[in-house]
Amino acid sequence: MTELMDSPTAEVASATDEKYHGLTRAEIDQLGAELDALRLRIIADLGETDAEYLRKVVKAQRSFEIAGRALFYLPVIGWLPAVAALSVSKILDNMEIGHNVMHGQYDWMGDPNYNSRMFDWDTMAPAENWKYGHNYMHHTYTNVVGKDRDVGYGILRMDPEQKWNPYYLGNPLWAFLLMTFFEWGVALHDLETEEVFAGRRKMFGGENAPIWRRIRKKMGKQVLKDYVLFPALTGPLFLSTLAGNAVANLVRNIWTFNIIFCGHFPAGVASFSVEETENETRGQWYLRQMLGSANITGGKLMHVMSGNLSHQIEHHLFPDIPARRYPEMAVEVQEMCERYGLPYNKGPLHKQLFSVFAKIVRLSFPGGAQKEAPVRGPQAVTDDSLAA
Amino acid sequence: MSALISEPAAVPTRPRRSRAGGGPLGMVLRSRLVTALASPHGVDSYLERFNPMWAAHDVRARIVSVHRETEGDAPVATLTLQPTSTWRGHRAGQHVLVGVEMPGSAKRFTRAFSISSAASGRGEQFTLTIRAHDEGQVSSYLVRSAQPGQILHLSQAQGEFTLVESPATPTISRLLFITGGSGITPAMSMVRTLLRDGYDGHAGRKVTFLHFARSAEDQIFADELAEIAAADNGVDVHLRHGDQVFSEFELRRLVPDYKETDTWLCGPPGLVELVKAAYGDSTRLRMEFFKPAVARAAQPGEEVEGDISFTRSGKTVAASGASLLEQAEELGLKPEFGCRMGICFSCTRTKTAGTVRNILTGEESALPDEEVRICVTAAAGDCHIDL
Repeated sequence: MTELMDSPTAEVASATDEKYHGLTRAEIDQLGAELDALRLRIIADLGETDAEYLRKVVKAQRSFEIAGRALFYLPVIGWLPAVAALSVSKILDNMEIGHNVMHGQYDWMGDPNYNSRMFDWDTMAPAENWKYGHNYMHHTYTNVVGKDRDVGYGILRMDPEQKWNPYYLGNPLWAFLLMTFFEWGVALHDLETEEVFAGRRKMFGGENAPIWRRIRKKMGKQVLKDYVLFPALTGPLFLSTLAGNAVANLVRNIWTFNIIFCGHFPAGVASFSVEETENETRGQWYLRQMLGSANITGGKLMHVMSGNLSHQIEHHLFPDIPARRYPEMAVEVQEMCERYGLPYNKGPLHKQLFSVFAKIVRLSFPGGAQKEAPVRGPQAVTDDSLAA
Repeated sequence: MSALISEPAAVPTRPRRSRAGGGPLGMVLRSRLVTALASPHGVDSYLERFNPMWAAHDVRARIVSVHRETEGDAPVATLTLQPTSTWRGHRAGQHVLVGVEMPGSAKRFTRAFSISSAASGRGEQFTLTIRAHDEGQVSSYLVRSAQPGQILHLSQAQGEFTLVESPATPTISRLLFITGGSGITPAMSMVRTLLRDGYDGHAGRKVTFLHFARSAEDQIFADELAEIAAADNGVDVHLRHGDQVFSEFELRRLVPDYKETDTWLCGPPGLVELVKAAYGDSTRLRMEFFKPAVARAAQPGEEVEGDISFTRSGKTVAASGASLLEQAEELGLKPEFGCRMGICFSCTRTKTAGTVRNILTGEESALPDEEVRICVTAAAGDCHIDL
């Protein structure tokens, strides 16, 4: 899948009349070419401002972290500011820095500190495991039910194509637990437990052995740091620091869970079958990324704190381009969506969250509406609608 | 001196971590407790916030001074560096990887340069003597634009092209250095070390220094070499300029039993080929190339058959035995690269399928989805590179 080269010409002839999610083959190719051109233009422009931005964010994150760790020494009145600073530190570390650096967005800088092969983040999931499941599996097979393991994370029913069973009555509860223990869930996600339960994989042996070893090691380090050493260093305030660190981790868990769930699960986001994405062209891959993602609208703070995953559509089109470029790219992507009659799924956080929540509840019961993006197609676009 | 390559390839792939030392503060900063607290980013990423010269593991240096050695089209400059206390020192003849953030692009480029000063200890200053090559943007930048105060990123010293014998335990064996152009730097480090540490040539061990430069104006360290030649120290200096190329006849006249003499050779490929031919299968010759000028062919007697597919760009080329990087560039592709000698990992790419050979080690590998450094990897049959 995601063949970057064109399929044989015979196939093209038969495919020209056939529409794929509302667009003809030629239209999809044209769209792909436009997105490629945008991509090249931005890559050619990467430079000092991007590097400076990243260093500035890292500097801010380190400062919040140092401040957070230090404020725990201030009994009672220091606690809340300490938790707040540490929460911000962890959110910045995981989203605008970690997620994006580990995508290789800053590999071009040649700085080992920001190289996707070297970086690790302040959360339970070891970088190496996560990069495989996320950069490769999720970003290649986005929203392909049965291939993208981020559709329901192996524990939720987030798509009507997932066969219902009584376990899914607990969908809202499972989602709540996943949110609360999100960093643990993300780390264990790479063990592919649904494959284990299907009997195709060993839980801790075989191909899971090195994955599990890395998880244990990383969890050990994180637990030692946040729940033993830093609390111990504050002496008599041990329990207060321990609780503060736990709350900071919880705040980060809730925030990242919500941002991520708004990326692919609001109403109107399409899902795909394995069959229809076989022999996919580059244009079709682009189209799938557009139809399979949703954005969150908001101010600058919203974008920074979400690691610009508030621009999930742009992120999925250009996962390796520095995320700070997504807002400017979004203007052009949105314009393309207009022209091709494609939906551009965006909304404020509360609206997207409510939509996700409704879906979690609805899909805890059998059935559920097909996930089909409301594509109008370029034919439906008139000069009037473009002008509007 | 530009990119260096040791033979046999014994270059450590990663700088090893500093051990205890550098004072009690260093010991605390490198302790398991501090490492655990600073996980996963490492203590250096916090220290750096306060002062770029504070480090527990990383090695950085501040440029103390820049001294122009020669002018002309390809000028040479000597940079004096004050390293962080994590610098473990160097043995004469070693080189160091230097990472420079190039202004305008924000990109860090990493290149190897040999150290020209006498052997250094932990945290001690040392010098790099660099020629500004036209095609070398890093060397050009360091020679022409680097300013005192600027911070460079370093590796620990590396390389096995070193002076083995210590001047404290002299033997009667003679030493011979044959160098060309900026290849003089590692040999200069060795001679400076010998003279600094009390070598006076009176223990019966003579040193012969034979150097080739393009012209008298292009001669690096001219004054110092003249002083060394004039002093009563047992060091013979022979400088050859312009058209005077290396000849075995002349070498035999200077050092009749050169094949039985420990020899250090460093210079451009033309000189290296001539000297290698003169030494035949003598094991006394140690050498360090700079800039492997030509693509190295596959192992002698082996024909490479197969196609290289650069899958991302959709281009294909018949394998020639040259490095994947060079073959990609012949097709007009512009893959990222750094040292072009297999030590900085800048050009690492995924080989998704097929068999490749490591040019440095001759090792063949057919593992799928393997990260390879394309500058030192050649196809050994059909292969697919994610490029």
